Amino acid sequence: MIGNFDARTPSGPLDRKWTSHKDHSRLVSPNNRRKFEVIVVGSGLAGGSAAATLGELGYRVKCFCYQDSARRAHSIAAQGGINAAKNYQNDGDSVYRLFYDTIKGGDFRSREANVYRLAEVSSNIIDQCVAQGVPFAREYGGLLANRSFGGAQVSRTFYARGQTGQQLLLGCYQALCRQIAAGTVQMFPQTEMLDVVLVDGHAKGIVTRNLRTGKIDNVAADAIVLATGGYGNVFYLSTNARGCNVTATYRAYKKGALFANPCFTQIHPTCIPHSGDYQSKLTLMSESLRNDGRVWVPKQKEDAKKPPNEIPESDRDYYLERKYPSYGNLAPRDISSRAAKEVCDEGRGVGPGGRGVYLDFADAIKRLGEETIRERYGNLFEVYQKITGENAYQVPMRIYPAVHYTMGGLWVDYNLMSNIPGLFVIGEANFSDHGANRLGASALMQGLADGYFILPYTLPNYLAGQMGKRPSNDHAEFKKAERDIRAKIDNLLKINGKRSLDSIHRELGTLLWDKCGMARNKNGLEEALRKIPDLRERFWSRDCGIRVPGDGEDFNQSLERAGRVADFLEFAELMCLDALARDESCGAHFRDEHQTSEGEALRDDENFADVFAWEFQGNPATAGPKLHREPLHFETVHLTQRSYK
Amino acid sequence: MIDQKSEPQSAAAATVRTKPRGLISDFCHSSVGRKMIVAVTGVILILFVIGHLLGNLQIFLGPEWINAYSQHLRDLGPLLWLIRAFLLTTVILHIYFTILLAIENRRARPERYIDRQYVKASWASRHMVVSGLVVLAFIIFHLLHFTGRKFNPQFPLLKLDPLNRYDVYSMMVYGFQNVYVSSFYIVGLFLLTLHLTHGSSSFFQSLGLNNQRLTPRLAIGGRILAWLLFIGYTSIPIAVLLGFIKPAQQL
Amino acid sequence: MNFKLRIWRQRDAKSRGKLVKYDAPDIPAQASLLEMLDIVNERLLLRGEEPIAFDSDCREGICGTCSLTVNGEAHGPDHPGAACELYMRKFRDGETIIVEPFRVKSFPVIKDLVIDRSALDRIVQAGGFISARAGSAPEANSIPIPKHDADLSMEAAACIGCGACAAACPNASAMLFTAAKVSHLALLPQGEPERTKRVVSMVQAMDAEGFGNCTNTYECEAVCPAEISASFIAKLNREYSKASLRRSAGE
Repeated sequence: MIGNFDARTPSGPLDRKWTSHKDHSRLVSPNNRRKFEVIVVGSGLAGGSAAATLGELGYRVKCFCYQDSARRAHSIAAQGGINAAKNYQNDGDSVYRLFYDTIKGGDFRSREANVYRLAEVSSNIIDQCVAQGVPFAREYGGLLANRSFGGAQVSRTFYARGQTGQQLLLGCYQALCRQIAAGTVQMFPQTEMLDVVLVDGHAKGIVTRNLRTGKIDNVAADAIVLATGGYGNVFYLSTNARGCNVTATYRAYKKGALFANPCFTQIHPTCIPHSGDYQSKLTLMSESLRNDGRVWVPKQKEDAKKPPNEIPESDRDYYLERKYPSYGNLAPRDISSRAAKEVCDEGRGVGPGGRGVYLDFADAIKRLGEETIRERYGNLFEVYQKITGENAYQVPMRIYPAVHYTMGGLWVDYNLMSNIPGLFVIGEANFSDHGANRLGASALMQGLADGYFILPYTLPNYLAGQMGKRPSNDHAEFKKAERDIRAKIDNLLKINGKRSLDSIHRELGTLLWDKCGMARNKNGLEEALRKIPDLRERFWSRDCGIRVPGDGEDFNQSLERAGRVADFLEFAELMCLDALARDESCGAHFRDEHQTSEGEALRDDENFADVFAWEFQGNPATAGPKLHREPLHFETVHLTQRSYK
Repeated sequence: MIDQKSEPQSAAAATVRTKPRGLISDFCHSSVGRKMIVAVTGVILILFVIGHLLGNLQIFLGPEWINAYSQHLRDLGPLLWLIRAFLLTTVILHIYFTILLAIENRRARPERYIDRQYVKASWASRHMVVSGLVVLAFIIFHLLHFTGRKFNPQFPLLKLDPLNRYDVYSMMVYGFQNVYVSSFYIVGLFLLTLHLTHGSSSFFQSLGLNNQRLTPRLAIGGRILAWLLFIGYTSIPIAVLLGFIKPAQQL
Repeated sequence: MNFKLRIWRQRDAKSRGKLVKYDAPDIPAQASLLEMLDIVNERLLLRGEEPIAFDSDCREGICGTCSLTVNGEAHGPDHPGAACELYMRKFRDGETIIVEPFRVKSFPVIKDLVIDRSALDRIVQAGGFISARAGSAPEANSIPIPKHDADLSMEAAACIGCGACAAACPNASAMLFTAAKVSHLALLPQGEPERTKRVVSMVQAMDAEGFGNCTNTYECEAVCPAEISASFIAKLNREYSKASLRRSAGE
């Protein structure tokens, strides 16, 4: 293995670890900072904030993103809010409670020290964003407003209408723009990272492709920061943007970085169901709808095709209320998602393709009046009507779960550095803080914590020993990486088969959704592991594989996407392997074989309180990846079992 | 070491930096500043149009009033020329900056849409230059007609009124008795009205004297004002053509 | 449903483009316009033709990547909403749909329907930020902000940066975009220290990019997917004149 597989968790009491770690980290003096070049890949909350902050500190930063502007990264789509342990509500919140809720929400599969640090810096994030001009919601007195969010008993979520993600992203985009104008950051939009280049075992550069011109470039630097987001699009349909992909992290993995817990993918229960094969994307509806809507499907399969209003009350199955009498329609995300899948698998699903359940507001409207419902959810009903053309005040809404966040990612130590020295990974792209399940309003918090407040301390610690070690970008390793990339692009262009890229990607997505989605089991995963290589073979097959028109020297969207799908086809196997190896249920990873009598995830703390980190061993067809396990030590919290009956 | 091979986005940002100019020059070169100049000159011209109408409407009160009014203006002497020069400058500035903006606007979209639908922009708001130029032609004609006393063979024949003043009253009546002249006036005024339906509320926006609540009200108010002006102005040729007003002296 | 499409095809920035006819039979009514284009592309690909290049990313109306003019309207006829939120059921069966890129000189076409909007980034780089170093921010609640100001600021901040305002503007002006950015920060006390410099630099950058000038047609606010009100343009004008006065007073 390249580098070091050591979490480097500082010693000392939990609440002193970060402070003492900062105190003992190495520094780079201001006049030396401009001698270092840092590459940041991705310009979302994590990448944007990191690039802006490092630029401000005086490092010379090059920031890359595939979008046409740094402002468009998918962090922008986050709706709900951002958590912070400010305790502005005087309701008993504290750093410890935010830490505990996060680690418990993650079903005890994350590192105590990392999560505690996240909770610790959460307050600074709010200060920073307010100073930047993020227009958070306020009370009449002019102070910041909060709301409560899933998995917490306190109100600690800060929000900006239904577009907290966009506002936070604009905050760091503006900071980034300021650095671009100041010349400390060079921005490369519409540029995709295709490989990491290692020189003497350290990450010292990347190979990029300018998506507009097709130009391949080698870029050398003193350190690389990956902030390339999650891989939810491996499922084809997810709430992620179309362009989100695993390519940067997967190619780093192929260069020796360890990939941790790839099977931890979060499924959101309330999305608008898909209505046909053509569908390109799933749209999230706020979970708050479940406060007033009742979830049901017909009792009889035969009724599933009938219009809902023709199904009498006695023929409806309010399955969440039936199965979980005390929580009812408010059962947690993973539980209600699985329950929906179950009834649809029984053939009782509604809507096109039978993949949907009703979320009915008829009772709430009767009880509270349509006006009240309109006040509470008006904008959501509008979005629903826009997409489906149905009026949810009159006919029940249809919802279905969808993939929307991936907790897994590249393995990093306490410094957010992967096992490859000089390769840092931040935001959703790393695995570090959410364990097996992420709490609502925590993703934004993590991205900004990493970029504004953690990386600026841990990156210099690495750079301090690297003065003068930046190679030239015509170093042999760069030449080799560039040759490989060019060959790969040529290979994609040479396939010239008969299938469209989407059709293969859809097939992969359906397979993963069925076998490695909300619930997994040994047989299903083994079946997926048999089918994925076959799918990959078909993808690359000269006569019946995919077809990529045009050439590589041009703006070629088909080529961009083909490269990403090729990586998904390899990565999917890693996901299934991880899911198979993790022979327990925890958080979002639900193995049918391991459940309590109440249908809850049953953890096996004795054998699986570990991080699974996978090491690439060459062509997946011939050599499976090697598993490394990092045991998780819980010194402060006591491991408990969730129950929502 | 800056990587020579890749071209960062920031490279282009340097071109944005413009040379520092004087403050007034800065203002006159900025799109916002120019627009404000157009707005301010526009307001002055609107005020003139209102005042001019109030003067003209005195025709309905008989020759006494309007002839006295016109004599009063002439008695201003050099001040009248100052006012005229001021109005001329205003008109020139208004037109100069509008044309400047219009040229830039055309350049800003070299390739036109093949299919183009407007959701909110009114015809008037999109054709301010055209309506403005027709109004300019109309003003020139109007000045030659009444101030320069051209086009009407009767004008040189008109005698002074009993109090030795120009008989503006009869001049207007003879002028408007010609159907072609009156029609041209009505068309010219119609375009002026269109120009003002947009212009008379638009200047609030340009000068920043506007907000979300005021905008729709000002838009309606502006339209009402423009059409009141139209009614007021056209009432004169129409009254003449219909024979409600007859010349004070027969030729 | 069946549609006849006329879609703008252009090899690259330098080539001349033209509308090309395509048939789009059997399109599900629940598909979005972009999904319809996906289907058409898939069919083109299998026939060995080059797919139509168009931009999109989040496909839920927030990232601002999609940039299509559909039947002559920026983002198509279903306002407010981005092109990705436009569904085929909004069209008649058999209808001809014309799709063009956003046509603004400052947004050059990269290929087919894909344009380069880096001009908007450069306007922000010129001053659309508050200089607040990470680590030096004061406690978030130390400066209370009246709810009304915060809400208004939020309304301006909702801009998704798609450029539809400039695309729809008869003059290809980016005033609504710039106004939203300036207003968002000008309405907050944190934006106060750089207020004067910001508005002047941003307007300068906007002009330098070659956008047209605002003539208050309000077409921009009618097509804005984020429903940004044109009264923010009045706000920008106000900010600009205040800044000019302050600067002329030597402040």
